[in-house]
Order: sequence, then C-alpha cells, then structure tokens
Amino acid sequence: MTIRVELPAHLRTLARVGSEVSVDVAGSVTQRSVLDALEAAYPVLRGTIRDHGTLKRRPFLRFFACEQDLSHEPPDAPLPEPVMRGTEPFLVIGALAGG
Amino acid sequence: MSGVRVLVGTRKGAFILTADGTRKNWDISGPHFGGWEMYHLKGSPANPNRLYASQGTGWHGQLMQRSDDGGRTWEPVGNKFEYASVPGTHEWYDGTPHPWEFKRVWHLEPSLSDPDTVYAGVEDAAMFKTVDAGQTWQELKGLREHGSGSRWAPGAGGLCLHTIVIDPTNADRMFIAISAAGAFRTGDGGATWTPINQGLRSSHIPDPTADVGHCVHRIAMHRSRPNTLFMQKHWDVMRTDDGGDSWREVSGNLPTDFGFPIDVHAHEPETIYVVPIKSDSEHYPPEGKLRVYRSRTGGNEWEALTDGLPQRDCYVNVLRDAMAVDTLDSCGVYFGTTGGQVYASPDGGDHWSAIARDLPAVLSVEAQTLATP
Repeated sequence: MTIRVELPAHLRTLARVGSEVSVDVAGSVTQRSVLDALEAAYPVLRGTIRDHGTLKRRPFLRFFACEQDLSHEPPDAPLPEPVMRGTEPFLVIGALAGG
Repeated sequence: MSGVRVLVGTRKGAFILTADGTRKNWDISGPHFGGWEMYHLKGSPANPNRLYASQGTGWHGQLMQRSDDGGRTWEPVGNKFEYASVPGTHEWYDGTPHPWEFKRVWHLEPSLSDPDTVYAGVEDAAMFKTVDAGQTWQELKGLREHGSGSRWAPGAGGLCLHTIVIDPTNADRMFIAISAAGAFRTGDGGATWTPINQGLRSSHIPDPTADVGHCVHRIAMHRSRPNTLFMQKHWDVMRTDDGGDSWREVSGNLPTDFGFPIDVHAHEPETIYVVPIKSDSEHYPPEGKLRVYRSRTGGNEWEALTDGLPQRDCYVNVLRDAMAVDTLDSCGVYFGTTGGQVYASPDGGDHWSAIARDLPAVLSVEAQTLATP
C-alpha cells in the first residue's frame, strides 16, 4: 500500500523533499511499518524521528492522523483506515517552541 | 594568493566567511542548515576542502554532515553514536547517580594526516572516532570506562567532551577536556587515558585538588611545543610544560580569570589569547567592554586588546569553541560572540573589525588558511 507521510519543516529540508512523501508499505500498516519504510526510502531520517537503538519516538515529536493523537499508541497497532487507503496522511509533528 | 576560510557554527545554522590574504573584504555564505544548531564545523588539515559539521536540534537529535568542496555542497553521513558498552552512571547535579545518555556532538577534530579519520567529543562525555569519513562512528570506550567516570558531573552546559588536541609529533598522543571532569591524556590512540589535573584548584568541588571533577573550559597547544598546554578553566588560566603532569596558574593581571576560549598565536608559542568574562554567574565582559587579552610571555603578564572592539554597553559571551587563529605570516585571530558578531584581527590582535555582525548566537569558529581563497 502507498502511505502518505507529512514531515515537519526540518526533516523536509534534510531529506530534500516537499511537505508530504509517499512510501510503499507491505503487510500491516502500523507506525512501525510506515516509519521503517520511510527510513528505508530516506536513510538520512534515521535517528531523527525515532532513536537509533530503541526505535522509540523522540520526545519532542508527535504522531497524528485523522485528527487523532497516535503518539502513545503501540507501534504495531494498525493505523486508521483512511491512512491505509491513502486518503489521509500520517503526520509527524514537531512540538511547538516559542521564544 | 593565499586566503582564509572561517567556519562559523551558530544556534540557527552555519556560515562560511572567506577572504583573500589581506583579510579586508569578506564574503559570507549561509545559512547552511538554516534553523539547526551547528555546534562545530572543522576542516581536515590534510585536505582543507573536506569539512565536517555537527548538526542537531532538540527535536531531531544529532546529524553529521560532510563537504568535499569547502562547504559549497554537503552530504549527510552517519549519525549513529552508540556507547560501546553499558554506559553506567555519572554524577548528577544533586550528587546522585545518573544514567549516561548520548545528547550531541560538541567538537570534531579531524586527523592531522588522514581526511577520513575524525574524532568527535560528545555529551554525555565520550570520544568517538570514524575512519571512513563519517559513515560510521565507534566509541573509544577506554575514556568513559576510566575508573573515575562515575565521579564526573555535568557543568551548566552538560557533561560534555568539548576539546580534543592531537599531538602533531605523535598521532596516538591526544589531550581532551570534559566539563566537569577535567583534562585527560592518551598515549595509545585513545585506548587508555590518564587524568592530568594535578595543580588545578576548583573551589566548587568538595576536594578542590581532586584528580577529577574540574570544570576545564578549553585547552590549546602550539604545534611546535606538544608538551606545553594552555588551559582556560572555569576560573583560572593555567599552563603545563610537561604534557599535563603538572599545571600552574598564569592568570596574572587579568581583570577576571573566568572565561571560555583560549588560543595560541600561530607563530609565537608564548603568545596566547583569552577573553575574560565577569563571572560564572554573569557571562559577559567586565564593565561592558569586550576585550581580548594577550600575553606574549606565556601567561602572567597580559595586555588588553581593544582597538575595534566595543568598549561600552557590550554584554555578549564568547563560548569555548568560538576562537581560532589562521597561519598566515601575520597571524589572524578570530572569535564569535553570543550576540552574533564575528571579529577578526589580521595582525595578531592589534586591530579588530567585525567581519559578520548580525548572525545567530555563535557557538564555534574555526579558521582555515588556504593556498587560494
């Protein structure tokens, strides 16, 4: 399946892409499989969304989709149907910082 | 025609300043990696067009970049910094044990002879090495596993390995400094390390003369004298003439001996530079006057260098990695401020001018002397 992923600004410049990329995911569409596919397509993103070793979400990032905060969902939980169908993107969001 | 390239790391990107040997007119390129914290950029002495840069943010962690054309284009390289063994704990601010955690690369020190070999000093304090131009990094774990590691404690900026000095006569001999653990020396390429802090006195630790625990801010060496090192400690300017076995204070007549950077003239091994800062609680120049102090006697006797530097209402800081010298016949001296200015002197400190005035806060400055600008 082709999954749409929206990236925060710093990662767009790093990966030299626009705000949204598409990745092909074989099998279950989960946070883990989508991020695995994203990092395989754009190796420069390794370590920038998930820690290298633990693969845990970095503390100042959140995962949204379909107006839900999925950040604390298990990494192997299925993503919402509209993400699987490609009608909605999986959003990687950087926490706001002011000042 | 010779030239100079100045590599400037800031809180919001990197900038590259270039000039011919007169160092009068400067071109500025950047920001490179706009919006990212660029802790340090440094070129290979063996291939000046090979540059390495430490890039990061709190959101996305550590990245590393490499350029093979003097900073015109960059390629991301390996950013996996994993401790080579169970990290254990160091001392936390409140004295309790705290797990070792990788946070960022503070300093990059390319080999003097091999463009593909680079050492990286990181927070929490450890030293890494690449021999494949940054693709992979391996920890030299003998340092972190030194028996004193559990007694190292972070300074206000974190538990950071911020200084790496390679002996030009023996590539296996290196000196490093950690805030707040102190200085260490290896003679076997980083496999084993010896604390070299005898003579330091730090009133902020329970035993002021302990073997480790000192907040060393910076170490500098002249390439012709690998046994003489100069140190800006948290407080006190120090020197050693026996490779760190013993240190003595050379603060002399400085208005304050607190500060961050220290550097050595390229051609005069006894000429050194510091930027005195008022105190550890007031990180700006005394009296609002930005003054570089120069000693031509290896310390103790200092003169204020002020020509071209702001002498009123100046309250910037100069961080530890933000001073450098070039190697042209008339030695150039450079430093950057937290107010975003980069100052240059083409005559060893006698006269200064701002070669960049409104950059983001400057974290690091390195100068490369080039055969052609």
